[in-house]
This record gives sequence, C-alpha cells and structure tokens, in this order.
Amino acid sequence: MSDCDRCTIAGVLQNRATTNGSGTRSIAIVGPPNSGKSTLFNRITGLRQKVANYPGVTVERRDGRARLEDGREVTIIDLPGIYSLTPRSEDERVARDVLTGNMPGVPRPDGVLLILDSTNLSRHLVLAAPILALGLPTLVVLNMADDLRERGGEVDTEALSQQLGAPVILASAMRGEGLEPIWRFLAEHGTAPSPAELPAIEDIPKCRAWAARVGQRASYQPPGPPEMTRKLDAIFLHPVIGPLIFGVVVVLVFQSIFSWARPMMDGVQWLVTWSGAQVGELMPPSVLRSLLLEGVWRGVGSVLVFLPQILLLFLFIGILEDSGYLARAALIADRTMARVGLQGKSFIPLLSAYACAVPAILATRTIENKRDRIATILIAPLMTCSARLPVYTLIIAAFLPERPLLGPLLGTRAAAMLGLYVLGFAAAVATARLLKSSILKSERSAFVLEMPPYRRPTLRSLGLRLLDRSKIFLRRAGTVILGVAVVLWVLAHLPLSGGMAPPIEQSLAGSIGRAVEPVIEPLGFNWKIGIGLITSLAAREVIVGTLGTIYGMEPDAGSLGLQQALRQDLSPAGAVSLLVFFAFAMQCMSTIAVVRRETAGWKWPLIQFAYMSALAWAGAFLAYRITNALLA
Amino acid sequence: MQPSFTSRPSTLVELREGEQGVLDCLDLPDDVSRRLMELGFVPGNAVTAARSAPGGDPRVFRVDGSEIALRCETAARLRIRPAPSAAAAD
Repeated sequence: MSDCDRCTIAGVLQNRATTNGSGTRSIAIVGPPNSGKSTLFNRITGLRQKVANYPGVTVERRDGRARLEDGREVTIIDLPGIYSLTPRSEDERVARDVLTGNMPGVPRPDGVLLILDSTNLSRHLVLAAPILALGLPTLVVLNMADDLRERGGEVDTEALSQQLGAPVILASAMRGEGLEPIWRFLAEHGTAPSPAELPAIEDIPKCRAWAARVGQRASYQPPGPPEMTRKLDAIFLHPVIGPLIFGVVVVLVFQSIFSWARPMMDGVQWLVTWSGAQVGELMPPSVLRSLLLEGVWRGVGSVLVFLPQILLLFLFIGILEDSGYLARAALIADRTMARVGLQGKSFIPLLSAYACAVPAILATRTIENKRDRIATILIAPLMTCSARLPVYTLIIAAFLPERPLLGPLLGTRAAAMLGLYVLGFAAAVATARLLKSSILKSERSAFVLEMPPYRRPTLRSLGLRLLDRSKIFLRRAGTVILGVAVVLWVLAHLPLSGGMAPPIEQSLAGSIGRAVEPVIEPLGFNWKIGIGLITSLAAREVIVGTLGTIYGMEPDAGSLGLQQALRQDLSPAGAVSLLVFFAFAMQCMSTIAVVRRETAGWKWPLIQFAYMSALAWAGAFLAYRITNALLA
Repeated sequence: MQPSFTSRPSTLVELREGEQGVLDCLDLPDDVSRRLMELGFVPGNAVTAARSAPGGDPRVFRVDGSEIALRCETAARLRIRPAPSAAAAD
C-alpha cells in the first residue's frame, strides 16, 4: 500500500500568507462529511460562489462571499469534509494547510465556523479538539437542531461553550433557523478559544474519550433512532423490493436523459439555428460572417445542445444525493461493481457517463479511494455518451436498412444501436478489470460508506447545484470548444486562392486529412473521413457537421444527401469499422480537459487518450477485416 | 487474539441483524483502522448489526447513532468481545 502523500509540512514550499492587508476578512467552514457544511455555505453565500481546484491536488476549492448588513463583504472558504486534521488524505492535508496558513494563495482564515451534526455529537465532537487547538476564533455550530429536537435529543449549549472555551449555537442550516449568531460572528473579531482541556489530538481513543466527557458535562442527550429512516430503509434495502426500486430509478434516469431531455434539446438546437440565421442576416457575406456562422455558431451550438441533458442528469443526481438515496444505491450496486474491481460509489458516475463523460468525471468526487476514483475516471468515456448518438444514427441510417427483428419490438437499427451500447460497456468492464489488476491495484476492503438519514431535498440546494454545473459546462463550451471550432474553420479556409477559400481538398484541413490517410487506410477510411476524425477530436458529434461541410463543398456530391454521399465513400465494412472506432476513441477535448483538471496533471489524460486511441484503432481494424471476410 | 469462542460471534460479520457486540480490536492496516475509528469503530464501543445490501454484502452497522456500511471482508476483521451480560449468564 503506497502512502507517498505523507509529505511533511517542512518539505512543502512554505508560502506563508498571513491575513491580507486589504481588510477583507476570511472565515473557513470546517466540519465532518454529512454535517451540512455545504448547506450552510450555500445559505451564507447564495450565488456569490466560485469553484476551482487547489494547486496540485484534486480537491475542490470552493470560495464565496457573504455580504454583511453594513455592506462589508467576508470571504467564506468551504473546506472539504474531514474527520480529523491528521494529514492522511488530500482533503485533510488541504484543510490543515489552509487553516495553518500554509496553502499558497490562500491567506490564513481570520476565524473558523465549525459545523457539527448535533444528532451525532459523540462522533462529530472529536473534530473540535484539533480545530480548537489551532487557536483561531471559532464559532461551534451544532447543525440539524430541528432533527435533534424532533427526535427528542438535547444539549446544553452554555455548558458546552464553557467546556470548549468557544461560543456554541444550535442551528438548522437547511431550514435557515438560528443563523443570526453566525452573521454576528462573521462581522466581529472574535477571540481565540480557551478550552477547559484538550486531548492529545493524534490519539483517536483519547480524543473520543474527551468528546464523551465534554458531551456528558454539557448534558448531551443523543436523539432517538431516526424512525423515518429505518422505515424507509426497510423498503429501499428490502431484499426484493430494494433492487426493484433501484432498477426503476436507473430506468428513470435513462429515460430522462434520452426522452424527456429531447424537446429541450430540440429547443436549444432551434435557438442556435435561429440566432445564427439572425446574425447571418445582419451581416453581409464576408469571411467574418462565415467564421461566425460555420465556425463559432456550429461548433459551440453542437455542444450547447447537450446542456438540457446535463442539467436533467444533475437534477436527478442532486435529488438522489440530497435525499440520502445515493448512499443506498451505492450499497446495492457495490457487489456487482466489486466483480470488476470497482465499488458501489463508482456506479452513479458510470451511469451519468451515458449522458456525458464530463459530469460523470465530476461526479467521481464522491469516491474517496483515489485508485478507484481514477479507474472510474478512466473507464467513464467508454460508456456510450450522447455525443456518439448523432454519429451512430447517421452511419446506421446510411448503411443498415430497417427491418423488424423481434416483430415490432426491435428493428435492425435499434439492435445495432443496442449492440454499440453493449460494446462500449464491455470495453469499460474489461478496462476496469485490467486497470484494477495492474496499475491501479488496491485493497478491496477500503469500501466504507456512511448511510445518512433520509431528508427532503430543498429546491434551493438543487437550484444552486444546477447553476454550479451549468457554469462549469458553459465555461468549457465558451473556451475549449470555441477555440477548436475557430481553428478548424481557419484550417478549412486556408490557404486563400484569389481571395476565396480553397476547395476543401486543397485546404490545410484537406492536407492534414491526406497526411493521416496512410494511418487510417487499414481501417477502411479515406482522407475525408480522416478530416472528420481530426475535427471530432474536439467533440465526437462534430464529425457529422464536418462531413456535411466536406460534401457540401464538393460540387459533385453537393446534390446528394449526406447519407448517400457517405455510401459512395465508405464501404459497408468501413462503416462498421467507423462505428467501432467511435465506440472506443476518446474524441472529446472537454473530457481530456476535465480529466486533466480532476487528476491534477497530464499523466492520466495522456494515458487514457493513448489507450483509447489504440483500442479504437485495433478494434476498427479487426472490425474492418472481419466484416470484409464475412461479406466476401 | 485467539479465537476462543465457537458458538458466540467473534467478529462483526457473525452478528445477526439486530444483535449487538462490543468492539475489541481492529485487525486491519493502520490507515483503514484509523478511518474506521474516526467513524466510531473504537475498541470498547458497542456496535449493532443493521440491514444489509440485498445480496447480504456489504452490511450496515449502527455505531454511535449513525449507520456505516462495510463489506463483509472488512467486518470479518473487526473482532468483538462477548457482551458482559452474556458472559455472566454463562
């Protein structure tokens, strides 16, 4: 078991930043996972949030601003959920470095909001010891006070405050109850805590004994068992009904991605086309107009279309997560996932990958085991994402006549589509096995999952979550995809001959297509498909637009429909080969970018790209040969 | 640790749903056992077996008022001592 992350503070480049001179106070929110930390953060900061990564690690950095009554602003830092400050995981190291002022670019906070679950104090109070020992002004927020009250629990905040030497309040971040003292704390300069006693913070049993003692002196009465949760678990974890509900949830998510998102996606498509046409009317025919319409509009539009799908998916994941069902789903899926060397927490990210690998990779953040997380990230793009659909649809429609296979239930085209889904899934499973038995081997026993009580999701939290994800998605569409679209357009329009764009064959894009032809010829592709493959490196579905452009630019093929044109250029074996190529290849800049971000480096995205490209080439080559042999 | 009892459960995995045991020691690598201790699996603490996933693995355990799921292979490494009352009745 490698434990290489255990670098000492002294070994890290010290970049000690003290309280910044600008006068803006910053307060860190600290708490164990499931303490309601993020709910409180959302309460205080509302829409004034910023999400980024801490340098060199995969931990999400979440900052926000709280506006005080007098108009002043306070920076709020939402630290990752932790059980202790012992720097063993990346999360704990980040929390510790920020709190001690050793995180480059983050000034040491002026105070700490320590969020603990009041229904679970015997465990959560343990974190108070290392936090109070920091000596920063601290407000201890005992969250979920409503739950504690309803379940008959009690705690004397005055007595607890005396024991901890810091102010203690009861609050409910979800209902917005008892938050006034938090605002006062944000406004004023507090004093360092003076706890009655502190245990040796390295020793867990001693810390727990301390927490028990402190809790007792504050006459802490733990609440009764969560009856509602027990009742719901009797249904959701029932040996027969449980898996059935699980199946229904999975089908529901699928259905929402593929059917319910459709009208919204058509709407976005219409909006893109319509706005493009409006812009086109405003401008005289010129190079700039062509760049805007054929480059920017088409490129960015082809990606924006997926926004409804991604939002729906995150709405579902948000509901599942906030309600507490996600943990149950992970529990149910664990045994099946374990067969391929993964674990229950990989299930939802992989399910999301059927919509788009990008949100799927963002969703892997819930997996604590780093190796499991990377394995999940690496196989996610093999799942059949929705960007492959336009490509599959075009090729299948062009080459496969529709005939009933199972009466009206299943036709040849749907069967081909289903086959491609199975192909991607099989490749993902095989890759997971390969990874987990080689470079990402890890102890299987690391699966530890807390089952939070069921709660009703709030619109506020769901809304903020959706906003957050769409911001990330749109930012990418506005940068990476836009850049690629413009570059492609330029390549297709240079060199100018007599002030006009050259025929596609003689353009730079054409030359590139010809240059790669020898590599893809064994797969049954010519240079035109080659250009499509290169442009689809930006995003898979771009190949459809590119082929349209290519054939549109060729006078001879101009009158033929795209499907007919394809049939002239691609043999049936070549079509099968192209489908297999798209099933396996990592043709997606956004995925590469997000993998780089999430794994904090180029190593994994490069390995992934090389692996998937090799798999795609080999798979397409075999498919081409076998189909040719079968058709001969 | 010598397994000295045959009929009485000696690890968490042997507890049936609803049964309780007092944790004796964690026979696991240091980082895993620290993580479990942070979640409440501390020697001396009472652990109750709750529901399990439909296949019987992983299993959910109730400790310190919260519920934690562990795979059976992990639960089998968490040894329990016989409850004092049960020992006295012997």
